[in-house]
Amino acid sequence: MMDITSLSGLASFQPELVLAIGALAVLMIGVFVGERSTGLVTVLSVLLIAGAGLALYNAPDGAAFQGAFVLDAFARFMKTVALIAAAAAVVVSYRFAKDEKFDRFEYPVLIVLSTLGMMVMISATDVISLYLGLELQSLAAYVIASINRDSGRSTEAGLKYFVLGALSSGMLLYGASLIYGFTGHTSFDGIAAALSSGVSVGAVFGIVFFLAGMAFKISAVPFHMWTPDVYEGAPTPVTAFFASAPKVAAMAMFVRATVDAFGPALGDWRQVVTFVALASMLLGAFAAIGQRNIKRLMAYSSIGHVGYALVGLAAGDQAGVQGVAVYMAIYVAMTLGAFAVILSMRRADGAVEDISELAGLSRTHPVMAFILAMILFSLAGIPPLAGFFAKWYVFLAAIQAGLYPLAVIGVLTSVVGAFYYIRIIKLMYFDEPAPAFRPVPGELRLVLGLSGAFVILFVLVAGPLGNAADAAARSLF
Amino acid sequence: MYQAIVFLPLIGSIIAGLVALFGSHRAAMAHAPREGLAHGHGDHGHGHAAPVGGGAVVHGTHHEPADSHDDHGHGRDDHGHHHAAPGSRPAELVTTGLLLVSAVLSWVAFLTVGFGGAETVRIPVLPWIASGTLSVDWAFRIDTLTAMMLVVVTTVSSLVHLYSIGYMSHDEHRPRFFAYLSFFTFAMLMLVTSDNLLQMFFGWEGVGVASYLLIGFWFQRPSANAAAIKAFVVNRVGDFGFVLGIFAIFVMFNSIEFDTIFANVSDVAGQKMHFLSWDVDALTVICLLLFVGAMGKSAQFLLHTWLPDAMEGPTPVSALIHAATMVTAGVFMVARMSPLFEMSPTALTVVTLIGATTAFFAATVGLVQNDIKRVIAYSTCSQLGYMFVGLGVGAYSAGVFHLFTHAFFKALLFLGAGSVIHAVSGEQDMRKMGGLRKHIPITYWTMAIGTLALTGFPFTAGYFSKDAIIESAFASHNPVAPYAFLMTVVAALFTSFYSWRLVFLTFHGKPRASAEVMSHVHESPLVMTIPLFVLAVGAVFAGMVFSGAFIGEGYDAFWRGALFTGAENHILHERHEVPFWVVWSPFVMMALGFVVAFLFYIVSPDTPRRLAAQHEPLYRFLLNKWYFDEIYDFLFVRPAKWLGRFLWKKGDGWLIDGFGPDGISARVVDVTRGVVRLQTGYLYHYAFAMLIGIAVLITWFMFAR
Repeated sequence: MMDITSLSGLASFQPELVLAIGALAVLMIGVFVGERSTGLVTVLSVLLIAGAGLALYNAPDGAAFQGAFVLDAFARFMKTVALIAAAAAVVVSYRFAKDEKFDRFEYPVLIVLSTLGMMVMISATDVISLYLGLELQSLAAYVIASINRDSGRSTEAGLKYFVLGALSSGMLLYGASLIYGFTGHTSFDGIAAALSSGVSVGAVFGIVFFLAGMAFKISAVPFHMWTPDVYEGAPTPVTAFFASAPKVAAMAMFVRATVDAFGPALGDWRQVVTFVALASMLLGAFAAIGQRNIKRLMAYSSIGHVGYALVGLAAGDQAGVQGVAVYMAIYVAMTLGAFAVILSMRRADGAVEDISELAGLSRTHPVMAFILAMILFSLAGIPPLAGFFAKWYVFLAAIQAGLYPLAVIGVLTSVVGAFYYIRIIKLMYFDEPAPAFRPVPGELRLVLGLSGAFVILFVLVAGPLGNAADAAARSLF
Repeated sequence: MYQAIVFLPLIGSIIAGLVALFGSHRAAMAHAPREGLAHGHGDHGHGHAAPVGGGAVVHGTHHEPADSHDDHGHGRDDHGHHHAAPGSRPAELVTTGLLLVSAVLSWVAFLTVGFGGAETVRIPVLPWIASGTLSVDWAFRIDTLTAMMLVVVTTVSSLVHLYSIGYMSHDEHRPRFFAYLSFFTFAMLMLVTSDNLLQMFFGWEGVGVASYLLIGFWFQRPSANAAAIKAFVVNRVGDFGFVLGIFAIFVMFNSIEFDTIFANVSDVAGQKMHFLSWDVDALTVICLLLFVGAMGKSAQFLLHTWLPDAMEGPTPVSALIHAATMVTAGVFMVARMSPLFEMSPTALTVVTLIGATTAFFAATVGLVQNDIKRVIAYSTCSQLGYMFVGLGVGAYSAGVFHLFTHAFFKALLFLGAGSVIHAVSGEQDMRKMGGLRKHIPITYWTMAIGTLALTGFPFTAGYFSKDAIIESAFASHNPVAPYAFLMTVVAALFTSFYSWRLVFLTFHGKPRASAEVMSHVHESPLVMTIPLFVLAVGAVFAGMVFSGAFIGEGYDAFWRGALFTGAENHILHERHEVPFWVVWSPFVMMALGFVVAFLFYIVSPDTPRRLAAQHEPLYRFLLNKWYFDEIYDFLFVRPAKWLGRFLWKKGDGWLIDGFGPDGISARVVDVTRGVVRLQTGYLYHYAFAMLIGIAVLITWFMFAR
């Protein structure tokens, strides 16, 4: 039986405790001080996330809650990425929210709560704790999708996200119940032990439903349909958040569940992952070409990138997981940089989202144009930028696992995908300039600069990052 | 010294080229060119070589497009302002000065080697290729033949440089022009000094490139671009033969250095080699292949079509490249390879045959041309035929001697023609000239001297060299020698006729140019007439002074083995034993040609027109140059264009683009459109998609597992 009174196991849970207690405290401040406190709450939230990071650094490896929660190298890696992404999302949203008049103090608090959910997802080693984290993360996300409640698009996005999210949660729970029914366990270890003595059809069905529910969270095809609409409808900083931190957490959850819990059924879930990866890569590449709205384009871009990351997972081995970890880290860096530019697309009469507004950016904002060009080249996977190495890791893992068709199709779709990234570069450098944007706020410059530096100078950090990802992957096997 | 002779022009070229580069950059900033290069070729490819129907013939609107006339900035102003590129003057002075130095040194070398008895020397410059058994170095081989060519090249080139200062004075691209000119000279010097076939080929291609650049110097003019491309492409045919010849030599001799080749000729003689699936005499194959190269470069029959069109270039270029030097490279090459040719009677027969045919053919065409430069161009073609006849019948020295003298009087004629064109505001049609004698006396008299030398008036340069060839042709034992004799004698008649026709039409009679043009007629400046004087001196005395050494009693002391003649080859002695009538026949022909021309164009100027009307088919045949351009157009150009068009439209456009990039991108767009349409925005569609997705996966596992 669970002995929640024993605090001895909570050492590894420190970061989550920081976030949970801190979020409530900050919420109190907001409630008592009122709307004026948004700035303060934002700053405190960022500090809170930083504090969680510090706690993560100090917390010892180990399990908590009788094995429902674990802190290992993999969790550390993914949590670090997720925390950075979450902090960046809070940072970039403040001024935008002010401009668009939805600068409510709940917003940063909700992001912190969502982050707490992600932390739990990443560390979850039990179907129940997994669901707990997932729902905490999702419910917070549903709310912030429609945080700009005076905007029809924002509320529509939130509603769609919520309804479809509920459907996916249902699938996931149904899968979990099937798995419990056929294995008799909710803990990953127990499920794995049961599956290793034979995988029944019922268990496979459970796994498929479970994977479908998780695939929704990482917006993998065919459970991606919400993504373009929500990305477009939600306020841009919210989109930036959705595209970064939750993706990392959901991917981490996906990896841990498949490897830890369903490891013995590799042959089965690999088929699902392969299918989903293929479909995601193809759809991400082809559908993005038709987009005119840059946020929708980024939605399809993220779908495609999830597909590539899943290629690594399909390998199902340590190299594959390492690839996924590296991929998500690089993906987050590129995405945040790209969204920093999208958030900068603002003129005196408001924000613009059309791709054509970037025309001639090289003449109006040369530095921004250059960094965005590098980020786009990186997203397209052109060496020696970060995105190339991301793809390199996952494709290499796929090749080593003998998944040649997957790797080949992945390379081909990245060629197709390169088209729409490079078209934006062409637009920026060769077309007649559109009117200049407003001066770019400092925090966006910071995020853009860091992202650009990471993307361009990735070769300098490739070694340490690769080693960290390797250690993370090793902790799962 | 030899390094200086060869590399001074290169230095000049580089300096002038740099001036042109930076100057034109600034000029381009000042005013953008009006016409792109893009339409320089394409449909105009042989447009001006195509026939113009019958109506054009009798009254003879000459079938040149109006803008084909020599444009040196007098009558035309389509370049906008004539801003000379900055630094034009220094560029001219540097290139000309360096070439004058080179020319003086060349004469010193010529006298030392030819008459001072200096040994044949090999001067290594740089190692180049060492690959397997192939070993080639940059090196000079200096013997009498080379020294003679050095003189010809540098003398004419320096005079042409000097002349061009005046002639091109209105052109805005002078630095570029002088850079090309000096580069040409350098390449030509590399060609004549080389001690191996590869270096010779380097020079060979270098002069080809320079020729291409200079023919197309006025690149705004489509006809000039077309002519440049034509020259280049036709020469490619010849060069292909030349390259094959070099390969064959390497196969047989295992070396392409002249010393090694010449030393081993007797071993290779009589051997067979496998060529195009036949076993044939190795030396004959080699010589014929080399001769194909010579035919291209020297515009011999069948590969001659580019030379008349090359007159699109500025006139000094015609004088230097397309009369005196580059076109004689083929003659030089055959003379250089005389040890091989001497061993292959078959090859010599072919050389004679082609040479004689060219001499005759080009002379006939020259009879009726109306463009002053084209007449001289066909004359050049014809004279080159003479040279090859000389080589073919074994009288190498006679052929080379003609090369030597021809350089003087033909350069003189071209420069004189340039002076005429300069005087009459860029007009080139002789029917619009006439009566210029009084206005430009220096040009008139120097051109008259050139004409005398060309037609072989006694004791002028042409008299010695041409008569030597005709007599050798008679004396030769070559199977086609009678044919060659006949052709060259008839060609001598024609030569005399068209040369005097040129003089009479241009300088005598009533002025046919417009009053406005006539009022502008003026003698050329000193910088242009000095070269005329110098060349006139050469045209008169070159034969007299050097005939003894080249083809007479000083033969052995002069050549000292630079030209090889076999043991049975006594042609130079035998030619002195020909019958009396043979000796006199060229003179008679010359006199006859003069008389006929005089009757036709001075006494009764109506006669030619009547004659042309009477024999219209023949006249048209000649005016259209035996329809060679049309035949080639039909045989080669159109099929090639058709093939190119087919491969372009069908092969590349339809097949590769259609199923490759274009097809794929179109399919991508289709897929994109379809996928985007799936994104309807309706919640229930999205939910449905998710359920379908899970259903598919479940079904898959139900049946496939």
